[in-house]
Amino acid sequence: MRFLSTRRRNPAAKPLLLLLALVLVGSAYALISPSASSSADSNVSSQVAAGKAIFETNCSSCHGMNGEGTSQAPSLAGVGAASVDFQMGSGRMPMARPEAQAPAKATDFTSEEISQVAAYVASLAPGPEIPSSDQYSTAGLTAEQLARGGELFRTNCSACHNIEGRGGALPNGSYAPSLMKTSGKHIYEAMRTGPQQMPVFAKGTMTDQDVKEIIGYLNTTHAQPSDGGFALGGLGPVSEGLWAWVIGIGACVLVAIWLARKGARSR
Amino acid sequence: MASPTGTAETSPATEPRTPEQTTSKNPVTGTLSWADDRLGLAKVARGGLRKVFPDHWSFLLGEIALYSFVVLLITGVFLTLWFKPSMAEIDYQGSYQLLRGVPMSEAFASTLDISFDVRGGLLVRQIHHWAALLFVAAAMAHMLRVFFTGAFRKPREVNWLIGVGLFMLAMVEGFAGYSLPDDLLSGTGLRFVDGLIRAIPLVGTWLEFFIFNGEFPGTAIVPRLYMVHILLVPAILLGLIAAHLSLVVYHKHTQYPGPGRTERNVVGYPLFPVYMAKAGGFFFVVFGVITLMAAFMQINPVWKYGPYNPSQVTAGSQPDWYMGWLEGAVRIMPNWESHIGHTTWSWNIFFPGVLLMGVLMTSLVAWPFVERWITADNSYHHILDRPRNVPTRTALGVAAMTGYAMFWLSGGNDIIATHFHVSLNAVTYFMRAAVFAAPVIAYHITKRTCISLQRADLQRLEHGSPSGEIVRDPSGRFTEAHAPISRDEAYSLTQQRELPVLEATTGDDGAPVGNGISKRRARLSRWFLGANMAKPTADEIHIEKEAEPSHRAAELDSSESASQPSVEKAGSAH
Repeated sequence: MRFLSTRRRNPAAKPLLLLLALVLVGSAYALISPSASSSADSNVSSQVAAGKAIFETNCSSCHGMNGEGTSQAPSLAGVGAASVDFQMGSGRMPMARPEAQAPAKATDFTSEEISQVAAYVASLAPGPEIPSSDQYSTAGLTAEQLARGGELFRTNCSACHNIEGRGGALPNGSYAPSLMKTSGKHIYEAMRTGPQQMPVFAKGTMTDQDVKEIIGYLNTTHAQPSDGGFALGGLGPVSEGLWAWVIGIGACVLVAIWLARKGARSR
Repeated sequence: MASPTGTAETSPATEPRTPEQTTSKNPVTGTLSWADDRLGLAKVARGGLRKVFPDHWSFLLGEIALYSFVVLLITGVFLTLWFKPSMAEIDYQGSYQLLRGVPMSEAFASTLDISFDVRGGLLVRQIHHWAALLFVAAAMAHMLRVFFTGAFRKPREVNWLIGVGLFMLAMVEGFAGYSLPDDLLSGTGLRFVDGLIRAIPLVGTWLEFFIFNGEFPGTAIVPRLYMVHILLVPAILLGLIAAHLSLVVYHKHTQYPGPGRTERNVVGYPLFPVYMAKAGGFFFVVFGVITLMAAFMQINPVWKYGPYNPSQVTAGSQPDWYMGWLEGAVRIMPNWESHIGHTTWSWNIFFPGVLLMGVLMTSLVAWPFVERWITADNSYHHILDRPRNVPTRTALGVAAMTGYAMFWLSGGNDIIATHFHVSLNAVTYFMRAAVFAAPVIAYHITKRTCISLQRADLQRLEHGSPSGEIVRDPSGRFTEAHAPISRDEAYSLTQQRELPVLEATTGDDGAPVGNGISKRRARLSRWFLGANMAKPTADEIHIEKEAEPSHRAAELDSSESASQPSVEKAGSAH
C-alpha cells in the first residue's frame, strides 16, 4: 500500500477519488434501482405502453404526441392519474368538438383502457393519484358530520353548482355542471384536480374528511324525498314565479271565465 | 253643593227617532229585526244587496288579488303562532338531520320547526308563499286590465292612485316576508337591498345604518321586518283595500260597451243572490287553487338553502318574481362608478335599482293625468274602452310590459344560459340592447295591430260578416256574400266616444296664445288620437232588420225579466 500513501498528495488524487466515489454511488444505484422497478408489478410498463397507444390514437391530436400540450389543449405533465380518470371516466375527454367547455357524456372506453391512459399520463410526471375507495367512502358519517358537509358545500361549492348541486352558469358559455348524478369518486377527483373552470381544492385546504362530508351531504340530500311537493327543477324563485303565473293565475282566470259566462237563471 | 255640570239647557238640533217597531214572533225575522233595531242593517242591506255588478271574467282579476290577501291573512296568523322573529344564534337540534348542530338564528330555526315539526306547518307555509306570489301577480294583472280598458279615467283617478299604492306596498310586503325566514336566499335578498340603499347618493350609508341598526346584517333587521310584515304594511294594505272597494261601490263598476249599456247605468246582476254566490264561490276556488299548488309544488325549500351566512351565495339566487325585474336591471347594468372627492357614486346600482323603481312609480301615478291633459277629455267614463280603440295607450302599455319582461328575463339570465345552452355573456349583451329595442318594436306592432282591428270593425259594420257562401253572379264573378251583423253587435262596435284631435290655438297674427293649446300639446294629441278610424255614419252601417224597438222593450218587461240582467242607474257619480 505504499503506492497509495506516497501518491496521496498527488494533485490528481482528489479528482480521481471524487470520480471513484461517483462511479461507486452510480453503480450502487444502478444495482438497487432496477431491482426496485422490476420487483413492482411487471405489467406497469406494459400498461403504460398500452396507455400510450390509446393516447396517441385518441388524445395526441390536441395534447401532443407526448402529452406536452399544443395551442389546442394544455400539457398533461403533472395532471396525474386522477385527472385522467375523471375526464375520461365522465366522458368529457376526448371532446367531441372544440367548445367552451367539455360536456359530460357516456364514454366508450372501458375502465381498463382508462386506467392504462391514466398510467401513461401519470408516467409523464407525478400528479394526484386515483383515490382509493376509503378516501371518498361516506360510510359511518354522523348526522353532525353530514351537516358540516352541507356547510362546506354551501360555502365552497354552491356559488357555482347551485344550492343542491343542480349546476349554474359561468361566463362565456362555460358552466358548473350538475352534481345530481356525479359519483363520489368523480367529485373527489374533480376537487383534487380542478378540471376546466373549477379551482383545485388541495389536501391542505380541504382534507379527505372534508371531502367525504361534502359527498355524504350531497348523497343524502339527493336521496331525500322532496318535502312539500314537486321541486320544480330546484331552480328557486325563477321557476316558482313562472308556475305562479302559469298555474295559479291561469287556473283562476279559467274559472273566472267560466263563472262570468254562467248567467243567473232563476228557474 | 256643586251643581251638575255639562248639561245643555237646549240642544241645538234634534233628530227624530224612528218609532218603536213591533217585534215579530218568527225566529228568523225575529233575530233579523233584533239586529236591525240595534244596527240599522236593513237600510244598508236594502241598497247593498241589490247593488248591480257587471259580468266579465276580467273584472274578477282584482277579486283573485283580494282573496289571495284573505288567504294570506288567515295563513299568516297561523305562522305567527310559531315563528320567532329573533336573530339570536343557536345550534339547531330539530328533526331535520342535514342541519343538525349548524349555528343559525332563532328565526331560521323556527322556520325549520314550522316546516318539519309543526303539524301542517309546511303546508301552511307553502300556502302563504304561493298566495303571496299570486296576490302580487293578480294585482298586476288587474292593474293591466284597468290600464288597457281606460278604467282609470275620470272619475276613477284617485282609485287608480290607491291601486298603485297597493301594488307598491304589496311588493314591500312580499319582500319583507321573503326576508323573514333568515335562510340563505333571504339574506342574499337583504344584501341586495342593502346595496340599493347604500347606492343612494350622500345619504345611503346613513340610511343603511338606520335601517339595519348598524352594519349589515346586524341583529335588528328580522325583528324590524317582522313588525313591518305583520303589522305596519298589512294595516295600511287593509285600509287601502277598504278605500279601494268603497270607491268601487261609490263609483259603481265600469262595464264594457254593449247593447243597453250607457254611461248612466250599470247592466249586470245584483249582489244578492247572484254575486254573493259567484264571489263567495270564487273565494273558495282561489283558496282551493292555492292550496292545491301548496300541496303539490314545493316553494322555497329553506332547509336546502340553510341559514344565512354572509360568506355564502348560491348560484341561481333570485328574488321572488315581482322583484325579478329590478334584479335583472342590476344584472345587465354596465359597471359605472365615479369617485368625487372622498365619495363613491355607484351609478351601476343606483340607476337600475333605485331610479328605475322611481320611473315605474312616477309613470304609473302620472299616467291618468297625462292622458287627460293630452286628450283634454273632461267627461265621466263608465263605459270601458276596447283596447283597440285607443291604439296609442294600448301600444304604450304593451311597450311597457315588453320592457318589464326584458328586465324580468335578465333577472334569470343564468337560468336561461344553462337551460338553453347559450353563453351567459351573450344573454347579458342581448338584454342590454333588448330593454331599449324591444319596447319600441312592440309599440309599433301593437299600434298597427290596433288600427287594423279598428279597420276590421269598420269593415264588419259597413259590409257585414262574411257568410262563407260563395256566390257567382251572372257575369261569372265569384264573391263571398256578407250577412248583415246584428243591431246589438253594431251597437257594441260603435259605442266608443270619438275625441277630437286638439289644434294649437293661435291668435290673429298666428302667434301662440298664452292660455290656449300649445303646439306641443296639439302634436301630442295628434299622436295620441290621430290614428283612430272615424266611426261610420248611421247610413253606412249594414245591419239586419229587426223587430220594432217598442216590441223588444215590451219583451223585457214580461215575466221573463227575472232572467234578464238588472239595470242600475249610475246616479251617485254624477
